[in-house]
Amino acid sequence: MSSLPLAVRDSSTMLRRNLLHARRYPSLTLNLLLTPIVLLLLFVYVFGDVMSAGIGGGGADRSEYIAYLVPGILLMTIGGTLVGTAVSVSNDMTEGIIARFRTMAIHRGSVLVGHVVGSVLQALVSVVLVGAVGVAIGFRSTDAGVLEWVAAFGLLALFALAFTWIAVGMGMVSPSAEAASNNALPLIFLPLISSAFVPVDAMPGWFQPVARYQPFTPAIETLRGLLLGTPIGNNWWITVLWCLGLAALGYRWSKSVFDRDPK
Amino acid sequence: MPSSVMPTPRTTDAQLPPAAVSAVGLRKSYGDKTVLDGIDLRIPAGSVFALLGPNGAGKTTAVKILSTLITADGGQAQVAGHDLAAAPQAVRAAIGVTGQFSAVDGLITGEENMLLMADLHHLPKAEGRRVAAGLLERFGLTDAAKKPASTYSGGMKRRLDIAMTLVGDPRIIFLDEPTTGLDPRSRHTMWQIIRDLVAGGVTVFLTTQYLEEADELADRIAVLNDGRIAAEGTADELKRLIPGGHVRLRFTDPAGYRTAALALGGATRDDESLTLQIPSDGSQRDLRTVLDRLDSAGVEADELTVHTPDLDDVFFALTGGAAAPGPTDQPKENVR
Repeated sequence: MSSLPLAVRDSSTMLRRNLLHARRYPSLTLNLLLTPIVLLLLFVYVFGDVMSAGIGGGGADRSEYIAYLVPGILLMTIGGTLVGTAVSVSNDMTEGIIARFRTMAIHRGSVLVGHVVGSVLQALVSVVLVGAVGVAIGFRSTDAGVLEWVAAFGLLALFALAFTWIAVGMGMVSPSAEAASNNALPLIFLPLISSAFVPVDAMPGWFQPVARYQPFTPAIETLRGLLLGTPIGNNWWITVLWCLGLAALGYRWSKSVFDRDPK
Repeated sequence: MPSSVMPTPRTTDAQLPPAAVSAVGLRKSYGDKTVLDGIDLRIPAGSVFALLGPNGAGKTTAVKILSTLITADGGQAQVAGHDLAAAPQAVRAAIGVTGQFSAVDGLITGEENMLLMADLHHLPKAEGRRVAAGLLERFGLTDAAKKPASTYSGGMKRRLDIAMTLVGDPRIIFLDEPTTGLDPRSRHTMWQIIRDLVAGGVTVFLTTQYLEEADELADRIAVLNDGRIAAEGTADELKRLIPGGHVRLRFTDPAGYRTAALALGGATRDDESLTLQIPSDGSQRDLRTVLDRLDSAGVEADELTVHTPDLDDVFFALTGGAAAPGPTDQPKENVR
């Protein structure tokens, strides 16, 4: 079998294996959904009145804050599933079955590709579930036609893909599930210092550049623009650059760790 | 070493069957700890080879290298006629590996594990199901097929592990300590599985720390100690390596006993029980010499027994253990 069909076939076999794991043991995935949903409800129903005062120059009501918050929560959901990715990759690499895969005449990258594609699919399902909660509490897209929805999904998928490769690398270098979970923690923290909860303009001046140009903020602003019609500006291509860069970096990192001799 | 693709033997080895595995000077170290210090191997196709050694001797490292899991620091090896370094994928296509630690996916069922292997060997769906069901049946796992592999007992996991290894119908199988941690019944089941594999023409490379197991299964045994092959040969050849083997002759007639004692110069006498003990490696030639001398002296022993050291003696002697009865200063001795 030539190389490309072999790669596709073996990767889809590995993907099926990972989806089987996710289906058989959904608790990890579901636990990770809890954080963004709780934050969403907390910020809307507990802090909502205070937070809404901080956007749109004041005087905004709670429904406006829901609209502001949901795009950030959706990207934060992806951040959460990445922890699951790092943990499951780390767990998997300690399993004897990986050694077996390495001694089989299969496409070498298929183990990693299976993890990545599986994680991206899980991330997208998670986004849809959290999005459904958002809609249930009153989020409505004001400005999205078919094209914008497609672009929004594309953005979320690209973002998930890029960060999943990073999370796979983190999982590969982690000796245990606990270490993987700790290593992936920054992916949970980054959204907290983005424009997810409050506008960057409301942050201290010295901190604004950090918040503005870290990968989550441009992605959140682009998603807001697509769903709510706020100005996107240069945010879309900053997001695309971040994603391409992180995907390339994560891919090369993961692959070089995988190609190393196992202990 | 021949570098051709087919396992062609060297011309001087023309009478030998082709080698399934051959290695010259394999070396591996981790940091400044040398794990393999130049090992040479030649395993004829269709035979069982046992790499015997204490914990930490480098057995697992040797298997990992030969099964392409890790790369050697030095030396050359060919498996199924393919060079390890140049054509690892071709080697992988010919081998099956069951490592020391369970290589099953515990999160999915036994059957799903089997179907996973069938998919990775690119078997058509229907054939994959047939092969999986057949192997599960053969290894007594049909009843447990729908249960997660993590719930299996040690023996069941090991059987599933081997069943998975067999999905691709490999011609060479590496078994790293296949019976370590198994109860006696499971161990005997595993031995039978290995014998059946060999009957099917498969070459088996196994590692073990049990002398009994090597003695039971292997055509040839190499004793690995401290990263070197301390000795290699059949179980009997290895036993003969160790001094302590002797022929014991028992007489009922004191006159015959005395005549024999004179005829056999180097014998140790036990006048009370009328037995003579002659150092011997137990070989045919050696025995014939003894018998010829007895014949020419015109005496006949009432009982003749040959005592060869058992593999335990060999093992301890070669690996420098406490019970070493013989010289241990022959670090490398190949018996051919």
